[in-house]
Amino acid sequence: MEQILEVKNLHVHYGMIHAIKGLDFHVNKGEIVTLIGANGAGKTSTLQTITGLIPHSQGEIIYRGENVSKLPGYKLVSKGLAHVPEGRRVFASLTVYQNLMLGAYTRKDSKEIEESLNMIYHHFPRLLERKNQVAGTLSGGEQQMLAMGRALMSKPEMILLDEPSMGLSPIYVNEIFDIIQKIHESGVTVLLVEQNANKALMIADRAYVLETGNIRLEGKAGDLLSDPQVRAAYLSE
Amino acid sequence: MSFISYLLNGISLGSVYAIIALGYTMVYGIAKMLNFAHGDILMVGGYAAFLAFNQMGLGIPLSILFSMAICTALGVLVERVAYKPLRSANSLAVLITAIGVSYLLQNLALLLFGANPKSFQSFVKLPALKLAGGQLVISGETMVTILVGILVAVVLLLFIHKTRAGQAMLAVSEDKGAATLMGVNVNGTIALTFAIGSALASVAGILLCSAYPTLTPTTGAMPGIKAFVAAVLGGIGSIPGAFIGGILLGVLENLSKAYISSKLSDAIVFSVLIIVLLIKPSGILGKKIMEKV
Repeated sequence: MEQILEVKNLHVHYGMIHAIKGLDFHVNKGEIVTLIGANGAGKTSTLQTITGLIPHSQGEIIYRGENVSKLPGYKLVSKGLAHVPEGRRVFASLTVYQNLMLGAYTRKDSKEIEESLNMIYHHFPRLLERKNQVAGTLSGGEQQMLAMGRALMSKPEMILLDEPSMGLSPIYVNEIFDIIQKIHESGVTVLLVEQNANKALMIADRAYVLETGNIRLEGKAGDLLSDPQVRAAYLSE
Repeated sequence: MSFISYLLNGISLGSVYAIIALGYTMVYGIAKMLNFAHGDILMVGGYAAFLAFNQMGLGIPLSILFSMAICTALGVLVERVAYKPLRSANSLAVLITAIGVSYLLQNLALLLFGANPKSFQSFVKLPALKLAGGQLVISGETMVTILVGILVAVVLLLFIHKTRAGQAMLAVSEDKGAATLMGVNVNGTIALTFAIGSALASVAGILLCSAYPTLTPTTGAMPGIKAFVAAVLGGIGSIPGAFIGGILLGVLENLSKAYISSKLSDAIVFSVLIIVLLIKPSGILGKKIMEKV
């Protein structure tokens, strides 16, 4: 299988704190891969390092065969890598429409952008209803949809999703997971970071379990879901 | 009649403050820093225009372009050398650096051009308008300054709301990380903001020196502070706010000079700032910072 993303021996330091300690993992084209683990395991740091939001001290990030470790973060978007950050981070004072158009910032063809916009409105009818509303006034679930729609506006080949279900009501959580599957079915490779390990493992192909900056376990999502160790540590209700 | 004349002169002075304040407010909105050297860029713009016109013999349009080019380059250079390395430093360090740059520019000008005032020839060749049988005289400088002020504010608003680069600025102003994830080059956007702000400072410098023709190394200091007050008064970060704040300040200053006391006018202007901030700390059009859900 063709690898779309490969992370080799990644190290991240925050001052004196060694947050990521030699991480190795990969994502194949067309997969849903999930990183699960407790708070502080380094899941968000891993995603932020991949898209250049935080610097890494050592290691390589290979995206579509190219070493992008030294590339400024903003250049990855036009290479087809989108990132929906933790906490959604929609532009609160801008409208839904302006947020979505910023998602298409790197694209030039206005006709194709229009098509993507219609596609997003089709998948997220609520965004169409609220397109002229200021994003800061949306509910948490709607903001999550906007953040995902905004990332899809760049027409990505791969999308990094950081805790998309965080802080959402159960109804929205199910909706968000349905949408992730739809995004995946449309041909986008997904790397999903989740605290809701149960749901993440149910939709993923493969999974990595992170513990204090290292990979503790890896394998098929279905196998991990039934692994008694994983069940005890991460799926206990 | 004299009231209208004072009022128009106030609006004209206010337009200069507004143009400077627009630069202040844009840089604050996007880089989240107070560029106290902004007024001194204005002074450099004045000297550049003076040199181009009086020594290099360039015509007025070319002298304006020359001054804008020098200021743009200087603004981008200052950002690159002095502010960019401090992007993640605390805001006090950046503030002190900006004050340092301000003194550096003033003293460089002192070294290069001396302390003697240069008498700046007005760049406005429009004849004065005489109304009401010669009772009301509006100088060409007054008219041009007001028109340029309005033009600058409108163009800037259109630029921010209708262009890709403008949307990128809004995105960077709100969340640099999220803007990066949209593919926006944050450093490039900040540099562009400094470039635009500095070009505007050059325009303000030329207009100011055309109306008040003494040019010294500290020419930019007081207008710089007044423009800062205007930006805060209008709501720092807001473009319409900077414009309204600038005009209000200019009118207030001129009317207090005319009717109360010319010595007390600055005190009155700053007192108004204090009162407005006591009542509405975010300024006239300032937005409250929205809590993230």
